[in-house]
Amino acid sequence: MTEVIIGVLVLTGSFFAFIASLGVVRLPDVLVRMHASTKAGTLSAGLVMLGAAIWFWDLAVAFLVVALVLFLLLTAPVAAHMIGRAAVRTGVKMWTGREED
Amino acid sequence: MNLFLLNLILAISWSALAGSFTLSTLAVGFVLGFGTLWLLQPLLGGPSAYFLRAYYWVRLAVMFHYELVVSSLAVVWDVITPTQLSRPGIVEVPLDIKSDTGILLVTNLISLTPGTLSLDVSEDRKTLFVHAMFADDHEAVRSQLKNTMEKWVREALET
Repeated sequence: MTEVIIGVLVLTGSFFAFIASLGVVRLPDVLVRMHASTKAGTLSAGLVMLGAAIWFWDLAVAFLVVALVLFLLLTAPVAAHMIGRAAVRTGVKMWTGREED
Repeated sequence: MNLFLLNLILAISWSALAGSFTLSTLAVGFVLGFGTLWLLQPLLGGPSAYFLRAYYWVRLAVMFHYELVVSSLAVVWDVITPTQLSRPGIVEVPLDIKSDTGILLVTNLISLTPGTLSLDVSEDRKTLFVHAMFADDHEAVRSQLKNTMEKWVREALET
């Protein structure tokens, strides 16, 4: 039973990581691409970490996992914020809607 | 904060009595300790804000994860379908929260939920500029952010 749960967690995590990388290629402009790369990345790392924590079921590993996820949650938005801000301030052209063709 | 320390001590002594410092005994000890302290409130100097604050923090964590999953799915859907459904735009959100910690938490949480990215805070710290991926209706995005993230953070920090 635990194997199934771990499998689902790790596979969902990798799925989100895959979608995030696909999003970086597919989405139309810098700011929208930031959405895909930073957040789906955080979610996928969190899910994979949770899977690892359940697999080892050990206090030391659990603390390590909590610390890793906390640092990810603290740093990823700051990086996204700085890149987004730099993009807006230097006047990168924004894509504003559906392409009508 | 004092009660939180007491709660931690109770959790550790529970694991010590159980004879094993594992994740499950510590968690069970913490929950039991919380219940005990709640029952003992009159002995510890009357009703304390600790329990309400604990409730608000738990709610913040749970609702944040819910938002994270729901909006991740929206972004995933936009990536894997061939048409681009997103209508990105920059939304100005007025900030009611004043403290540094509060602004940091709100902007970080907004950035972490897919579909919204906090770009900048104005000099007077009253307006937050948010880049939203689905910004068809600016007013809806604004009221949604104010009634979810900012409200939860305010209640967690200011009780």
